[in-house]
Amino acid sequence: MELTGAQIIIECLKAEGIDYVFGYPGGAVLHIYDAFYAQEDVQHILVRHEQGATHAADGYARSTGKPGVVLVTSGPGATNAVTGIATAYMDSIPMIVITGQVPKQLIGNDAFQEVDSVGITRPIVKHNFLIKDVKDIASTFKKAFFVATTGRPGPVVIDIPKDITAEKTEFAYPSSITMRSYNPTVKGHTGQIRRAVEMILSAERPMIYTGGGVILGNGCEQLIDFTRRLGYPITNTLMGLGAYPASDKQFVGMLGMHGTYEANMGMHGCDVLIAIGARFDDRVTGNLEKFCPTAKIIHIDVDPASISKNVKVDIPIVGEVVQVLNDFIKGLEATEQKPNASALQKWWQQIDEWREQDCLKYDRESKIIKPQMVIEEMHRITKGDAFITSDVGQHQMFAAQYYGFDKPRRWINSGGLGTMGFGLPAAMGVQLAHPDELVMCVTGEASIQMCLQELSTCKQYNLPVKIINLNNRYMGMVRQWQEFFYEKRYAMSYMDALPDFVKLAESYGHVGMYVDKPEDITAALEEAIALKDRAVFIDFITDQNENVYPMIPQGAGLNEMILV
Amino acid sequence: MRHIISILLENESGALSRVAGLFSARGYNIESLTVAPTDDASLSRMTLVTSGTDEIIEQISKQLNKLVDVVKLVDLTEAPHIERELMLIKVEAVAESREEVKRLVDIFRGRIIDVTDTSYTVEITGNGDKLDAFVQSLSSISILEVVRSGLMGISRGEKALG
Repeated sequence: MELTGAQIIIECLKAEGIDYVFGYPGGAVLHIYDAFYAQEDVQHILVRHEQGATHAADGYARSTGKPGVVLVTSGPGATNAVTGIATAYMDSIPMIVITGQVPKQLIGNDAFQEVDSVGITRPIVKHNFLIKDVKDIASTFKKAFFVATTGRPGPVVIDIPKDITAEKTEFAYPSSITMRSYNPTVKGHTGQIRRAVEMILSAERPMIYTGGGVILGNGCEQLIDFTRRLGYPITNTLMGLGAYPASDKQFVGMLGMHGTYEANMGMHGCDVLIAIGARFDDRVTGNLEKFCPTAKIIHIDVDPASISKNVKVDIPIVGEVVQVLNDFIKGLEATEQKPNASALQKWWQQIDEWREQDCLKYDRESKIIKPQMVIEEMHRITKGDAFITSDVGQHQMFAAQYYGFDKPRRWINSGGLGTMGFGLPAAMGVQLAHPDELVMCVTGEASIQMCLQELSTCKQYNLPVKIINLNNRYMGMVRQWQEFFYEKRYAMSYMDALPDFVKLAESYGHVGMYVDKPEDITAALEEAIALKDRAVFIDFITDQNENVYPMIPQGAGLNEMILV
Repeated sequence: MRHIISILLENESGALSRVAGLFSARGYNIESLTVAPTDDASLSRMTLVTSGTDEIIEQISKQLNKLVDVVKLVDLTEAPHIERELMLIKVEAVAESREEVKRLVDIFRGRIIDVTDTSYTVEITGNGDKLDAFVQSLSSISILEVVRSGLMGISRGEKALG
């Protein structure tokens, strides 16, 4: 039977098992919206701004591992989606973004609501397509999903001119696809794996350093097995939190700019570094010339371009993390050699000394709410098992440091791009994917205002997310840098006019709460969580002068932390 | 050091801008770039001349390979190879300079492909140095226009990219 291009798009999404599409209608996608109207298999979630659609799809993808799907119109619809596409790209999140385009014959004429979407998004996508023939829709969707979800995942944009969505053709969805120019490596090189296992077992001061790639590659089970067999210390990046249980004694905390003393000192002092699914980002390495001065480095990554990009490594292994870790485990089982127990014992002694620094201590007796108190209390009440999304800034670091993630895909934040406004729409996507789970968005009064309009979407779809607003009346991280590095000249980091967040939440039909005393934190959180079918906005009035410690100043080495 | 990277890529609209965009976004340098479809109309062959340290060239190769439109690539400078560039050059040719240009064209094994009362247009191929040398040899002649194709390259021996 012949279908219209618009109907074919819906059929493609059904064939890929997509249950939600996040979008916003407009002229160029009206045929597609008309096709949505006629079916119930794929549910459309109407956001209030296209940036919200991309972050919601992103949150959905991060929490499930399935690709998120976005549908926006041409022109401003596409440009509004750009920030969310870049956010997904920087964190390697699988996403399909369908952008409407003006009819084929108008392309290039500066038509109403026309932009070169493929051109604009080119540097922030894994790949993009402009479809020029209705017959190509099905095969393009198949390719797009294949590219977005395999290898190092990432967003793929499909730009579709309006006229094509009305034309008809026979529909058949390809069952498989091969692309001569795209073949991600799956299995690591056997010889390199053998060399790596020897190096791992010869270590006297080992450190395992893992990133978001382990979570994206679903390799957490293998990582735990591998790490426990060796008894080596392990640190996770901001993107990698939850890959290894934070409550385990081998976990030394997050590393990097706001990492723990023990993790950063351990990195600086190690003799063998095992990097898995991590990309040696500048927020992790600090000054490259001072990075891991005594270490031999093994690096496992599915993306060859990530290897030796910032830091030259000794044993590169390109492959999927599950495959390579399974091969490592087999390698450990096959050899007589065991980890060097006496050296390891000395190393742990050293690490425990660093731990005694208690680098995350803060004033727990404070009469003003400390942001850390709220996060620690959230952890206690939820037993560390909630889905936590965050925006960007101090609150993000506090959540990362104090929540203690024991499971993967529970910590949803914009690590690479650092997008303020991410938290609330991402929480919507997580909540839709996990309707019976507790989803909390840790944010600040500056970040939350960047995608605030999505409170309306939460109401429309009854998404009972809990918004934890750590309100210090400052762009806290900007203020902190100004305090440390600009002699306390707080240029434009303070907002003079803030809304009454309680009334604001109520005006959207949600529950608003105001908490300004430490002794009220527990009751407020418990009450909010008990309101299972309502979105709750808790405005916590926190200490204006609290800073995130430890901190590695820009240009310093990992061993040169500012401590509290 | 200078490297010649030869790339086989999908002959699709946008493929060229993906490559060019990659170079500008990551701050790599392009000295020259030439591209045209091959005998298989679905593929284009691009020759790109760039320079950088070994680490940068390794990153360039990896980043290019990552582009979904790139099918294969090779760094020709790693092995024996042949380089060629085409130049079309229009020069003033009047009185005694008419003979002088003709002699120089013969020495450099070029060809005069268009003639007017006052000008010659010359076609000349070779590696970049040869073309530079030809231009220099014309120092006493007035050059009206120079068009260079950018470098193309192919490896020596029976090994082929494809």
